[in-house]
Amino acid sequence: MRLLSLAAAAGAAVLAAAPAFAASTQAPLKDVRWSFESPIGFYDQEQLQRGYKVYKEVCSACHAMSMVAFRNLGDKGGPFYDPNYKNPNDNPVVKTLARDVQYPDIDSDTGEAIHRPGTTADYFPNPFPNPVAARAANGGALPPDMSLLEAAREGGARYIYSVVTGDGTTPPAGLTVPTGKYYDPWMAGDLTGNWKGDPKNVPVGGFIAMPPPLTANRVTFDDGTPATIDQEAKDVAAFLTWAADPKMDERKELGIEVMIFLVVFSGLLYASYRSIWRKVGH
Amino acid sequence: MEEHISTYQPKSAFERWLDARLPIVRFSADLMEFPTPRNLNYWWTFGGILAFCLGIQIVTGIVLAMHYDPSGAGAFLSVQRTIMRDVNYGWLVRSIHANGASMFFLAVYIHIARGMYYGSYKAPREVLWLLGCVIYVLMMATAFMGYVLPWGQMSFWGAKVITSLLGAFPVIGDPITKLLWGGFAVDSPTLNRFFSLHYLLPFIIAAVVALHIWALHVPGNNNPTGVNVKSKADTVPFHPYYTVKDMFAVSVFVIVFAIFIFYLPDALQKTDNNIEANPLVTPAHIVPEWYLLPFYAILRAIPDKLTGVLALAAALGSLFALPWIDTSKVRSKRYRPMARNLWLIWVVGVFILGWCGSQEPDGHVFPGGAGPVFIDYGINTVTWLSRIAAIYYFAWFWAITPLLGFFETTLPVPDSLATPVLSHPATVPAGAAAAPQTKG
Repeated sequence: MRLLSLAAAAGAAVLAAAPAFAASTQAPLKDVRWSFESPIGFYDQEQLQRGYKVYKEVCSACHAMSMVAFRNLGDKGGPFYDPNYKNPNDNPVVKTLARDVQYPDIDSDTGEAIHRPGTTADYFPNPFPNPVAARAANGGALPPDMSLLEAAREGGARYIYSVVTGDGTTPPAGLTVPTGKYYDPWMAGDLTGNWKGDPKNVPVGGFIAMPPPLTANRVTFDDGTPATIDQEAKDVAAFLTWAADPKMDERKELGIEVMIFLVVFSGLLYASYRSIWRKVGH
Repeated sequence: MEEHISTYQPKSAFERWLDARLPIVRFSADLMEFPTPRNLNYWWTFGGILAFCLGIQIVTGIVLAMHYDPSGAGAFLSVQRTIMRDVNYGWLVRSIHANGASMFFLAVYIHIARGMYYGSYKAPREVLWLLGCVIYVLMMATAFMGYVLPWGQMSFWGAKVITSLLGAFPVIGDPITKLLWGGFAVDSPTLNRFFSLHYLLPFIIAAVVALHIWALHVPGNNNPTGVNVKSKADTVPFHPYYTVKDMFAVSVFVIVFAIFIFYLPDALQKTDNNIEANPLVTPAHIVPEWYLLPFYAILRAIPDKLTGVLALAAALGSLFALPWIDTSKVRSKRYRPMARNLWLIWVVGVFILGWCGSQEPDGHVFPGGAGPVFIDYGINTVTWLSRIAAIYYFAWFWAITPLLGFFETTLPVPDSLATPVLSHPATVPAGAAAAPQTKG
């Protein structure tokens, strides 16, 4: 019976827990236009390359991206896709990027622990050996894995752009920001407990453990695009969209063909239907 | 209706030999020849659409199972990395399967609504209706367990909330829950047995579908007038008349389906499910898939957990009882204006319940405050709206429907479903219309 009541309590807690979060607020996401928004919109390869650079030089210091391998960078629709190298494992840019990383392995003759240069088959390296180490290095907060970040947040790329550019916004007077945290109006949260002003005007947003990650000229873009905070944020958000949905270009291209086929096929079936039923009242 | 006599003639020595031993060709030929009312409208195409949906789910599911790893440690990775990124067209197969579940429910809801509107559940089709209800319940169980398999946050917490409901039953609740979990919490063993059952149930559904179709072929199809088929002139052979119509409808349905697959693959999915299951972090909103929301609202409308679970069961049970609740002699609501309107309100009520299920229980229905508290919640809360809608849901079944049969005034019902009610007269004049019944 104790387990029964425990299970009941767990269920009730789950049902009751929801309203506690209902006060969570967030500023309306910033409006950004992306090349990949519409049903016929695709990734902008140059933007993905810039975004990869921001990810590599800034984000990857703390965030893992465990589901993306170097070879994926050279896949169709990817940042370094080259039509001359249909097999991404032959793509020289991808090979060089992979080779720059050292991976732990064992020596195939002696079995000793060694480090070897990365191959295109290797997944992006994890900045921390385990989540505990990641938390310990980041003031107790775990930087989320970025493979699916865009798909795992309401608002996707716009959310990422808004949070990244809103991180470190000067908090309104009366809001106590805890040590090691930053105010971000676009981070979903509930600030009631840290607000000393008018209880009817609690500021929207929440706290984020990530220090403002971007500064102007934090990276140097290879294509000469000026590296403003806005540009860096847009590009990295586009790159993270690709990382979460690398098959989008392929999906939309196939979709157009399928839709055309289906419309023609339906038309033919309708004509057959009319023809067969022509002599029958119904 | 008229006795359906087999018109199959074995054409070769082999067919005659086989026909005497296993008349499977005769069986198929008779199915194709089956006399079908000539006035069926597009609402009747959803039976074929549903058969198509089941086939698609089974085929894509078998392919997904080849790449899926049913373990707590590997499930999320096998779906999100292996299937979505590495398997050739894995993203497409998964998108078809995941969105296919929603399309399947969309079609089944239309199919059920059609049966309710045209009185297809009434004698002599009660068993047909009961089998349909069984399929629907099996579909819900299958869909629920399938939703757990990607092992995202919503998968995990949805499984936790729903399986914990069983714990509400005294004495048996606790052991059943533990058996279902395979332990003391939702974990890898739970996922493993859900995968096993998720693979099994569709084949049970397919078997009940076979019975459903068998039960359809005994009394034959109902039709929009609800009037019995009186002569062969009222019918056309299923093939080619309804095969072509069903194929056209399936094709249009697939267009809608394809919009989701290719352009809105995640539209019906919660973003939280792209975060791997974590027993230590509860998502802000735990909401079931859209097709279960009305029942979720009924469950939450009742403060006592056990009563809530029983109400949920009663909401489904009422559907099973419908053939015996309805006292009207007239089948089709075309000729029952009052019944039609009260049923349409019931449909709106189900939509309202669905909306309530997606909201927080203390959310406000109209902008402004929660209103004065009545019993436990303010009257302007989702909880009270779902209570009102739930009361109408049950009142329609257990009060309105049985009483209407005695008090309502019905419109004149046509004598036959043929000539007087045809909405689309033949474009070729009389005489030609006699041809189809004899046509092979």
